[in-house]
Amino acid sequence: MKLGAAILTIIALASVPLWLRDPYLMNALITTGIFIIGAMSLNLLLGFTGQLSLGHIAFFGIGAYVSALTSLGFDIGLPGGFRIVHDPWPPIAGFLLAIIVAGLCGYLVGLLSFRVRGAYFVIVTISFAEVVRLVALNWIELTQGPLALTNIPSITIGLPELGSLTLRTKLQNYYLVLAVAVAAYVLISRLVHSHFGRAMRGLMENETLAVSVGIDVTKTLTLAAVISAGIAGAAGSLYAHYIRIIDPEVFAFINTVTMVIMVITGGKGSLFGPVIGGMIFGLLPVFLRPIMAPEAQWIAYGGVLIVILFVLPRGIVPSLAQRFAKRWNRSPAAGPVTFSERDAKEPA
Amino acid sequence: MASPATALKVEQVAVHFGGLVALSDMNFSVGEGEIVSLIGPNGAGKTTAFNVVTGFLESTHGSVSYRGTVLNGLRPHQIADLGLIRTFQRTSVFPNDTVYDNLLVGLHRQGRVSLFEAILGLPRARSSQRRLRERASELVEWVGLERRAHDLAGLLSYGEQRLVGVALALAAEPSMLLLDEPVSGMNASETHTFVQLIRNIRDRGVTVLLVEHDMPMVMSVSDRIVVLNYGRIIAEGPPDVIRNDPAVIEAYLGQGATRA
Repeated sequence: MKLGAAILTIIALASVPLWLRDPYLMNALITTGIFIIGAMSLNLLLGFTGQLSLGHIAFFGIGAYVSALTSLGFDIGLPGGFRIVHDPWPPIAGFLLAIIVAGLCGYLVGLLSFRVRGAYFVIVTISFAEVVRLVALNWIELTQGPLALTNIPSITIGLPELGSLTLRTKLQNYYLVLAVAVAAYVLISRLVHSHFGRAMRGLMENETLAVSVGIDVTKTLTLAAVISAGIAGAAGSLYAHYIRIIDPEVFAFINTVTMVIMVITGGKGSLFGPVIGGMIFGLLPVFLRPIMAPEAQWIAYGGVLIVILFVLPRGIVPSLAQRFAKRWNRSPAAGPVTFSERDAKEPA
Repeated sequence: MASPATALKVEQVAVHFGGLVALSDMNFSVGEGEIVSLIGPNGAGKTTAFNVVTGFLESTHGSVSYRGTVLNGLRPHQIADLGLIRTFQRTSVFPNDTVYDNLLVGLHRQGRVSLFEAILGLPRARSSQRRLRERASELVEWVGLERRAHDLAGLLSYGEQRLVGVALALAAEPSMLLLDEPVSGMNASETHTFVQLIRNIRDRGVTVLLVEHDMPMVMSVSDRIVVLNYGRIIAEGPPDVIRNDPAVIEAYLGQGATRA
């Protein structure tokens, strides 16, 4: 995306709270924004390396729990009479730890599964999410299990000397989520346009050939998994400190599926795709709720999904980009994103 | 003729797939700056030999070394890092990227900067990107695909895709290039151009090992030829000797078969 368009998009998104006063809609926007960050991280794996993480919510949930526990403190007994006592730390430390711990989990899952890849990665990630959910459900001393972690403090930002600001209102959280989303977008964009991103794309398109020019499969895919999981962890942390209560249901499979839907409909492998897909499927339930019975809402949700994939099979952003490209008589881009999009030459 | 320093050395290599012997006791070497061809009828084990050398296949016995480094047990990308780069028998490109972007992927070995430099867009990463783009343009020009640079590689003609494959291999800065049937499917004039290209590559100091079926092409381009049949080497020498070797003639033309 061109720099101008990016700035306009950010200004447009930043101006939303100026005219939107409805707290219910603001709440929907904030949670949608958090899920969009998760979807962007999923897209890094699914769209740019071709690996489907069907347990992606695990990294999100781990981020949420790590961040919540860091800022709440805990006191647990371990076998052998050991006790670990952790005093509450500022939530911002929880945010950073969430990224680090989720990234580490991404590293382990990647290391375990990328030697075989494909379907194995899907299975490993599903199992991983389920195991983590069971731990969150049953390690009651640490996580309160189904009783949930409550009273999670809001994030406080600020510098020593300059005073600090605790982000309690919806308005403040909206801007926090927007800032993190923009940072995640820039990070992913930089990554996929770097030679790491080219290595990922090479592996996705023709692994044998990529290996033959010296690309290290395991290293490249693991790197993508670490960054993807770290970003998902950041989203989870935002979620925990915004909602301020989390229970093991955060690990539900449906949450991963929602992110996958956001990525696929928006256009996997397109940087902006998950943002569009995320807005549609994040906000759709909000608009359907007042006009339909709960059962009908899900049918409508599925209907919208099918229509989008039927009309724009490669996802909204890549399909529309291709149509516009054709209209302007440029060479059609069959791939969702090319590296040289930033310095795309005029057609010869 | 003084023999040049040995680049690639294949010693007593055997490959068994279960009970099937794909290669048995293969020995040959390639000198620095030589163009050596590996020929033989279909199923003789040429591609198997290629796969062993480039790490795509593990040999059952024997050893392969390149410039003194033993390659056994190394993974393909590690072997590529030693400067030993291959092309593939079937067309092999990144089909959904432009030719230019294909070459940028191929330049992976030249573009290594740290993750933080890349993400923060630090000067070193930027200048590295600029150099890669220049190099990619040079390579496109070198294989004569300037007009196709911004077309998707998957949409190119067969012959053009083969050129992209070679340019990709060259992008990886090989000190030795292994070409697997590079001219199969090319017409005579394309083949002729390709032979010039191979000579050019060698003149830049790159050692070349070639697997090929096109006999006139092999005879005209090679310094030495190694002939495989049924997984073993049956002849080795300069083109003139190979042309008249009775064992080679028999392998290719057969000798009144006694059994069907």
